[in-house]
Amino acid sequence: MSQPSRFLLLVGPLLLFLAATYLVPFLGVMRWSVTLPEPGLGQYKAALGDPLVLTVFWRTLRICAVVTVAAVAAAYVITLLWVRGGPVQRLIVELCILIPFWISVLTRAFGWLALLSNKGLINGWLQALGILSEPLTLVRNEFGVIVGMTHFLIPFAVFPLASAMRSVDERVLMAARGMGAGRARIFWQVFVPMTKPGILGAGLVVFVFALGFFVTPAILGGGRSVMVAELIYLRIFQSPDWGLGAAISVILMLAVGILLAAMMRQVRQGASK
Amino acid sequence: MQARAKAAEIGATGIGKDFGDFTALADITLTVGRGEFVTLLGPSGSGKTTFLMILSGFEAPTAGRLTLDGRDMTRTPAEERAFGMVFQGYALFPHMTVEENIAFPLRVQKRTSADIGRRVAEIVEMVGLGGHGHKRPAGLSGGQQQRVALARALVYEPPVLLLDEPFSALDKNLRGQMQEEMRRLHRETGTTFVFVTHDQSEALALSTRIAIFEKGRLQQLDAPRVVYERPANRFVAEFLGEINILPLSGVSADGAGGGGQFEGQTLRADAADRAGATSLAVRPEYMRLHLARPGTGNAVAARIDHTTYLGAETRLALRTPGGADLILLLPTAEIPAGLEPGAPVWAAWPETRGFLL
Repeated sequence: MSQPSRFLLLVGPLLLFLAATYLVPFLGVMRWSVTLPEPGLGQYKAALGDPLVLTVFWRTLRICAVVTVAAVAAAYVITLLWVRGGPVQRLIVELCILIPFWISVLTRAFGWLALLSNKGLINGWLQALGILSEPLTLVRNEFGVIVGMTHFLIPFAVFPLASAMRSVDERVLMAARGMGAGRARIFWQVFVPMTKPGILGAGLVVFVFALGFFVTPAILGGGRSVMVAELIYLRIFQSPDWGLGAAISVILMLAVGILLAAMMRQVRQGASK
Repeated sequence: MQARAKAAEIGATGIGKDFGDFTALADITLTVGRGEFVTLLGPSGSGKTTFLMILSGFEAPTAGRLTLDGRDMTRTPAEERAFGMVFQGYALFPHMTVEENIAFPLRVQKRTSADIGRRVAEIVEMVGLGGHGHKRPAGLSGGQQQRVALARALVYEPPVLLLDEPFSALDKNLRGQMQEEMRRLHRETGTTFVFVTHDQSEALALSTRIAIFEKGRLQQLDAPRVVYERPANRFVAEFLGEINILPLSGVSADGAGGGGQFEGQTLRADAADRAGATSLAVRPEYMRLHLARPGTGNAVAARIDHTTYLGAETRLALRTPGGADLILLLPTAEIPAGLEPGAPVWAAWPETRGFLL
């Protein structure tokens, strides 16, 4: 058998599976967006003209941007300990990355609810210690959503960062030290710039992943901080306004695609320089 | 550049380094003078790189003392010594341009930007990188990266420049060019250079003195001509190029020299300063080929085993009746015609060219 045909035979089932489970349904969604309730681009016009939809899009972008910065920054510190720390630090970090992976997103969201709600542990302690008289609103708002999403997404940022940090040549850091540079200067002017591809990669993964979040914002936002995925769900399962929901889906998909393409270009240009 | 005033003298006294049970270095005592070019030479695992790392401050010795211009620096960390260092593989900052790389140590020293600009421009010219200042290291050839590494290590006029096998990644022609360049930079900056290599011809060509390491010990520290022509011991003699070592019987020494018997011939050497010598050593290029025994000097009878044509030179392998192997390296022009394997010849050399070992 020739090389290409053997390749097709091996990869074919996967392609068929992906087509059946992603491509066909998505094409169906695209069809709804231009046919329901009547043929035309009316749903796109309605979606982009609806202040509620625009508010949700804007909020989604804002939350995802904050979550991306917070998750990548936290992951950077964690990864630094993991890659460059001692054996004990390494083990602790590994457990802290792996254990959340084994726990369902639902459990973790309810866990945060238990911690952050008005009658939750944090408010309870703060009031017991007399620091607060009224409970702080930590959940059922954007803050709660950001905390829950950041926590969930940190591990996904760790892996691209780890591979970037591992590829940093130790001798380059030694060279900087040998020229008299202190630790802070070596970190900010040598180490961080050398891991920039990892930072961009981690940011992209987190941001794209965050755009489609559903469960965490639904639970921790308490219906007040609706994000795009939840809005689509509401339009399709509760309104039911299938055409509008489908149009929002397609817009989200396009946004992710454009973002990915732009980031890829950025990374490739950075690499070729 | 007024770097000459900044060149420093390094002293090492009884430096040792153990890694657990393994002794990487033992009792290294030496002085590198102001403005010298000392090469640390040895096979891999001889401790030469460990010693360089101790000089740089990246490794701490487990025994001994280091001084810089007489002041103790044994516990001074690398960033405070701030010696210039050229690493194997260059260790350039990949995200910075050539100019930014070279400016880095000046920024660390918080020089004014006018001063930085002037010095960077000056050294970029000096190492022949004009026109490449805005490129990243990835866009440069190996030789150019090497020049950036040298420029970055020299631009702040450090008292000492340490080089760890800087030419190992370059091809042979480029190596020759870079050696010339190094010699020029050493002359122009006047800085003290300490250079690690396992390439003996590089060491002989570049150094004011060569320190030969083996199994963590310093075997000899002398000028290139001395280590080559009067090696301190058999290891040094054999490590630096080829050498014929003839076992002697009845060795005796007097004021004028020393000698002994080898296969019925009396062989003598001028320098007889070594007690307990058992052999006489001669470099292949100092032996000459004769068809009959010459009247004066040392001579050994042998037969041609085989010859190897090397272009300008021809290498002859000889075997004595007693079974000893001799190597001669002769200008091809001096080889007599019709020299077949098995032909009886004499290998001869002046007494001044051999030494007891």
